[in-house]
Amino acid sequence: MNFVRKNSVPLFFVALCGTGAYYSGLGASFLLNEIITRLARNSFLVISLIIPVLAGMGLNFGIVLGAMAAQLAYILVVNLEFRGFVGVLSTCVLSIPLSVLFGWLTGILFNKAKGKEMITGIILGFFANGLYQLVCLTFVGWIIPVRLASMLLPDKSGAGPGIGLVNTIDLRSVQYSIDNLWKIRITMPDIRNFCAWMGWDVTIPPSIPITIPVGTFLIIGLLCAGMYFLFRTKLGQDFRAVGQDRTIAEVSGIAVDRVRVAAIVFSTVLAGLGQIVFLQNMGNLQTYGSHVQVGTFAVASLLIGGASVARATVGQALLGTLLFHTLFVVSPQAGKNLMGNVQVGEFFRVFISYAVFCVALALHAWRRIRDRNAGDE
Amino acid sequence: MILEMRNISKDYAGNRVLKGVNLAVEEGEIHSLIGENGAGKSTLMNVLFGMPVIRNTGGFTGEILFDGRNVDISSPKEAMKLGIGMVHQEFVLLPGFSVLENVKLNREKTKPNFLSRVFGKKMETLDYPAMRRDVRAALDSLEVSIDEMMPVRGLPVGYMQFVEIARELDKSKIRLLVLDEPTAVLTESEADTLLGAMRRLREKGISILFISHRLTEVVAVSDHVTIMRDGELVDRLSGGEADVERLAELMVGRRVTESVRERSVPETGAAILSVRNLRVHMPGEEVRDVSLEVRRGEILGFAGLAGQGKVGIANGIMGLYPAEGDVTKDGRAVPLNNPREAMNAKMALVSEDRRGVGLLLDQSIELNIAIRAMQTQGKFLKKIAGLNRIDAAAMRAHAARMMRDLDIRAGGEGQHTRRLSGGNQQKVCIAAALTLSPDLLFVSEPTRGIDIGAKKIVLDLLCDLNRTHGVTIVITSSELAELRAVCDRIAVIYEGRLAGIVPWNASNRELGLLMAGAAKDGRASERGAA
Repeated sequence: MNFVRKNSVPLFFVALCGTGAYYSGLGASFLLNEIITRLARNSFLVISLIIPVLAGMGLNFGIVLGAMAAQLAYILVVNLEFRGFVGVLSTCVLSIPLSVLFGWLTGILFNKAKGKEMITGIILGFFANGLYQLVCLTFVGWIIPVRLASMLLPDKSGAGPGIGLVNTIDLRSVQYSIDNLWKIRITMPDIRNFCAWMGWDVTIPPSIPITIPVGTFLIIGLLCAGMYFLFRTKLGQDFRAVGQDRTIAEVSGIAVDRVRVAAIVFSTVLAGLGQIVFLQNMGNLQTYGSHVQVGTFAVASLLIGGASVARATVGQALLGTLLFHTLFVVSPQAGKNLMGNVQVGEFFRVFISYAVFCVALALHAWRRIRDRNAGDE
Repeated sequence: MILEMRNISKDYAGNRVLKGVNLAVEEGEIHSLIGENGAGKSTLMNVLFGMPVIRNTGGFTGEILFDGRNVDISSPKEAMKLGIGMVHQEFVLLPGFSVLENVKLNREKTKPNFLSRVFGKKMETLDYPAMRRDVRAALDSLEVSIDEMMPVRGLPVGYMQFVEIARELDKSKIRLLVLDEPTAVLTESEADTLLGAMRRLREKGISILFISHRLTEVVAVSDHVTIMRDGELVDRLSGGEADVERLAELMVGRRVTESVRERSVPETGAAILSVRNLRVHMPGEEVRDVSLEVRRGEILGFAGLAGQGKVGIANGIMGLYPAEGDVTKDGRAVPLNNPREAMNAKMALVSEDRRGVGLLLDQSIELNIAIRAMQTQGKFLKKIAGLNRIDAAAMRAHAARMMRDLDIRAGGEGQHTRRLSGGNQQKVCIAAALTLSPDLLFVSEPTRGIDIGAKKIVLDLLCDLNRTHGVTIVITSSELAELRAVCDRIAVIYEGRLAGIVPWNASNRELGLLMAGAAKDGRASERGAA
């Protein structure tokens, strides 16, 4: 019973995922494939949220800025026509100084809004998006020169390149270059013949091979090990001390403000790298859209995994990513099958991605109230 | 002598809080420092530790000798370097950290690794085995068997104290350990263990400066006792000369108190309010179990040291903090945790938190005076087209009368209360309470933060209300002299419980013993109740 009580949030979403998967009618192998792809794509971003949570700064919606740093680095790399693994690697190298700068600024801002980091982060994301658009839409091609004319929007006459980046930038030159480092395919046994032989009258979609990007998962594993290591260093101990009680940390001589800035810098850099992993899998960059929901989706994933604004683990991040994206895959189909309307299915997807916030936060609040009442007795 | 503080004086903006105090602690002794709240003990310790608050307010005069050498302690860090450690009254512990992590907080032992060679010391790995050895040694010297890997959350309060002391011991070469009311939060057996640990530290040659209100413990453990009162050194006794009664008398002192009010002998009047087994969860002023009766027409005082719970009682009865128990007013039960019901029962509160609870700082005086009566009794309202509107004329007239009666000095009824002086703010609070026309008025810390002239006016006002309007008044105050001046009876609260009720003219010794929780025979409590 205690187990159920402690894990009410993830258990609720496990049940929801199960129901959704059943009604979606999607094949197991298709579903597994989708989930593995999305897990590899998104885990990095979600894990980047953990450090600020443990440093007492809540869920860092400011990771949007890390995503922007990654995208600016990609734009530069595409413009320089770097390809393949070298391309991705140079994107990482280019993104880090940008992420450090953005994270540093975010950290300073958060220090001026202590206790209100989350709402500050959300609004900061909107503001940064405005600056990002200003740079990409007006400065590029006007102040900032571009080598490849194909990256620019056509000018009014349509004859030559104008000002501003195109909406979609093709990343095929670097696509899968991390995933393809080491990839294995597993073919699921086809059970249709078995069923026919047993005389069961079931319709099962054909099995497709499952692809596992082992290279990407190794990198994610390395990140997890790095997190484990970080929290066993002096800096990690400082993060945790500041997260528990700012005043006591301050009294003990810890430079609280600097530690908080460091937490955000770490988070932003990791988010930038996470967005690079994400985009190399997607294969194209929505110049004005890819970063917009990075924060919301990562935060939703972490919450579903059972983390709260004050406590988060790598395990919760991975579990949450798995559940959130399963829900994301199955909900449109399930919605369509249940309601008989494609539009409803699409609505379901949007609904799910925002409703999980409310449900996860409400379940957390409910548990906290119960814990407090239990503590009184 | 390990420490000598000579002729220390300190004033805060003209207000002298230390007047030429001497303190001498010998090598390897337990030296107790006692005094009421506001006697200047904390200020003296702030001077010793070079706290910024001392420097920022103009420094102090006098000299400090440590180990025979003249020292200039300008920051807590320097005090630490000299080997002076302090365990504060409030715990500086992180609940989610283990005992070990708390003892070593920000003094962690680390060892280099490949990343730290690139990125610096911050990335060094924590050396748990080495830290465990240190912490174990510190805990062993206290002879307590806490598991150093246990989280602090969930430890008994007494053990948290040991964690704090272990931290000070773990800092290198500690010579003098200051313990600020370490037993205040402990049960008796936990306190005994702590006193035992203090004796062991003394044997190891560490001097201890023990600040406490528990006089029995002071007598039991001290080699010397220094007593302070009103910023002055009263006396320095050797351990053999000190006994509880003598210390109590010296601590409370023979203060000249001019009687503000003629008192009739407390009559055995009927109870206006009866309280049974009241518990109030007010952080820092927890009320554990209080039963008493307030007599119609009297002025009753609540006395006690800070943190013992005297402030919680009125707040609990008026519904401002979660409370349990039975409260009966005029024979009718008053529901708890419901300020409105409390006000409907013709009770009113002048809160000790004037600026937080008492006033709407950015609203006018007239609205501040009227708003509670408006909300609970529908006064100063008129109906226009079925909607309640404020009757501005009635409100203003009432405020003007109150300002005249209570002598509130302000630019007019419409002035915001934020800019009023403390005394005038207090009078607005009283006016607001009176507007509810209560027959039982609770007043908490009526003269805190008010200058002397205004103090007398506020106290006279309360006496006048009692005499001419027959309002029963319950005053909670940290100033015993003030309670003696106006009350008929004084109830002393100790550790959230009623220590006793005595007449206003009870002896200092009796009051001192009650406040220090040392009156065990119950003799004192019977006198007032008879």
